[in-house]
Amino acid sequence: MRWACILFPQLALDAVLRARADADAPLVLLSGSAQRRVLQTMNSAARELGLRSGQSLTAAHAITHAFATAEYDSADIERWHQFLAAWAYRFSSHVSVHYPRALLVEVQSSYSLFGPWPRFEALLRQELTALGFQHRIVVAPNAAAARALVNSHDGLAVNDEQLQKVLAQMPVDRLGLERSAATAFSRMGIRLFGHILTLPRDSIARRFSKEVLMHVDTLLGARHLALDCYAPPDFFDSRIELNFEVESHQALLFPLRRLIADLAAYLAGRDSGVQRFTLHMEHRGRNDTLLPIGLLSIEREPSMLFELTRGRLEQLQLPEPVLALRLIARDLPVFVPEYRELFTERPQQSLPWEQLRERLRARLGDNAVTGLQQQADHRPERAWQTGNQAGQAAATRIQGLRPGWLLNEPVAMQFSGFQILAGPERIESGWWDGGDVRRDYYLLETQSGQLAWGYRRVGDTGPLVLHGWFA
Amino acid sequence: MGAIVALDALLDQRRIWKGRHISTLRSGHPTGNAQLDAMLPSGGWPLAALSEILIQAEGTGELRLLWPMLARLTQAGEKVVLVAPPHVPFAPAWHAAGIDLRHLIIVNTQGTEALWAAEQCLRSGCCGAVLCWPQRANDRAMRRLQVAAESGQTLAFAYRPAEEAVNPSPAALRLLVESATNQLRVLKCRGGIAPVTPVPFAAWH
Repeated sequence: MRWACILFPQLALDAVLRARADADAPLVLLSGSAQRRVLQTMNSAARELGLRSGQSLTAAHAITHAFATAEYDSADIERWHQFLAAWAYRFSSHVSVHYPRALLVEVQSSYSLFGPWPRFEALLRQELTALGFQHRIVVAPNAAAARALVNSHDGLAVNDEQLQKVLAQMPVDRLGLERSAATAFSRMGIRLFGHILTLPRDSIARRFSKEVLMHVDTLLGARHLALDCYAPPDFFDSRIELNFEVESHQALLFPLRRLIADLAAYLAGRDSGVQRFTLHMEHRGRNDTLLPIGLLSIEREPSMLFELTRGRLEQLQLPEPVLALRLIARDLPVFVPEYRELFTERPQQSLPWEQLRERLRARLGDNAVTGLQQQADHRPERAWQTGNQAGQAAATRIQGLRPGWLLNEPVAMQFSGFQILAGPERIESGWWDGGDVRRDYYLLETQSGQLAWGYRRVGDTGPLVLHGWFA
Repeated sequence: MGAIVALDALLDQRRIWKGRHISTLRSGHPTGNAQLDAMLPSGGWPLAALSEILIQAEGTGELRLLWPMLARLTQAGEKVVLVAPPHVPFAPAWHAAGIDLRHLIIVNTQGTEALWAAEQCLRSGCCGAVLCWPQRANDRAMRRLQVAAESGQTLAFAYRPAEEAVNPSPAALRLLVESATNQLRVLKCRGGIAPVTPVPFAAWH
């Protein structure tokens, strides 16, 4: 097992920055109560202005006003963490969000698919950069060591033999120990992990809580870390809050491109595609404008999805400025690349019937697709039933003329001046099951040449009732 | 005009348009009516194309027109899909017409979803024939059906009211069922001029 730990040093900032077109403009994330707003974190452009985290907003405003602000939202960060896990799930089936702002990915079992580690790592970095997240990556034989090493390394790959040597050079305060324990060690003059290893275990056990020794063993791989593996959600739901009210389509395209790229990354991770999704445009004090997008075939190519959505979006009239964009895709069918043969006779994407049926049912409802069965009954209402194609009863051929169309509900004849061509044919049945029927059926021809099937109840003298068409 | 050009050579070059062009390519699916087959340039229902059947009223034989073809398809094991039929297909009559009900599929829906479903079925290429009853379908919708039928290589049939006959349509074949005189009139057929004389339809009631 080789565990890669991907640390996102400024996850909160990246999450906000990637929704903005100008990533280099000074940006500050605020936290704290409404009375005392505190600068939580900022990008490098803001840091150059002299802003520091921990400053109050009033102090920052005393220095300069030339920076944008956004809320430091921990729920948002959690959502992005999950999103990144969904992205990483594409590369390995063992992904864990055990540590905050970091992903643990088991990579060794994916080498055969994505190539040896240097190439694999380049791929990961390239995709993360495209997604707009700063990152550090370290590979180690166990997950805890990878997490500790990524605190002070980037791009390091350690194998079993090197692990102890590399770990020994790690400063104690970067190991992920409890803060009190780390402080105590440094006050004792123990600055490197290697020094801890030379100490007798029993004295550590006596002086420190038992977590310290457990952590040391976990780092060395002597004790295994129980990790909860990430399981991707069954639907995609992502939202981008715009930092000002947007009235034109043009300004919506940038966040839309981000959303679609996220959707595509998520779909690739699940190896599924999308056929229908909805774009929500949120307004102030009014219901969202919905833009449903349906595709003919299952797709996951981001550029194509973007072009399609853009085409629909440009036709849309926005009733009010948009505050936020949200993309929801609930139905994620399996993506089947278009099937091609070298010498194919029928050039279509030949879809199996089962898949077509599922696609129809997914959109039209579970009962939308039915078969037709004949029942051995003389009553017209019961001579047929919908059903699957599994069991076809050996149907008896009914003597006499039967129409191709049967009306769902018999209706009284609206027209006059018809001619009786055949009949009456008496259908009398069902006295045993409550559905008693006693009718005389006639074949009629109307003046306009239509052939109808009508009946009159036995003993009734009223007008004929229309029950079918000889179509 | 000194040179003498043989008439056959001129015709073979296909640079001269002939009024009554008889197509040598008779690849259509037989309709079950020899007279109609002979009249259509494709020699039957055009394959991989949309055929439009215009009816003046229900119960004028519009299903009997297709039954021989549907029977042949279902007996060969191909699926036939009815998208949003206006009434219940009465199983005994369809069975009596020789249709294998195991391969008959009904899609219950309405409106634009019906057009979507028909297009999906046509495009998938796994159905032998798709029958639909578009309600107030415009030219664009019909064109989509025609393109879907082409790309899925499937027989497509659309039933529409006779009033639509005045509107142009991208369908490869347009047939009008004249119920008062019991005739079939070909309004348009791709690959040839629509024959002027109607086909008696009552004869094969």
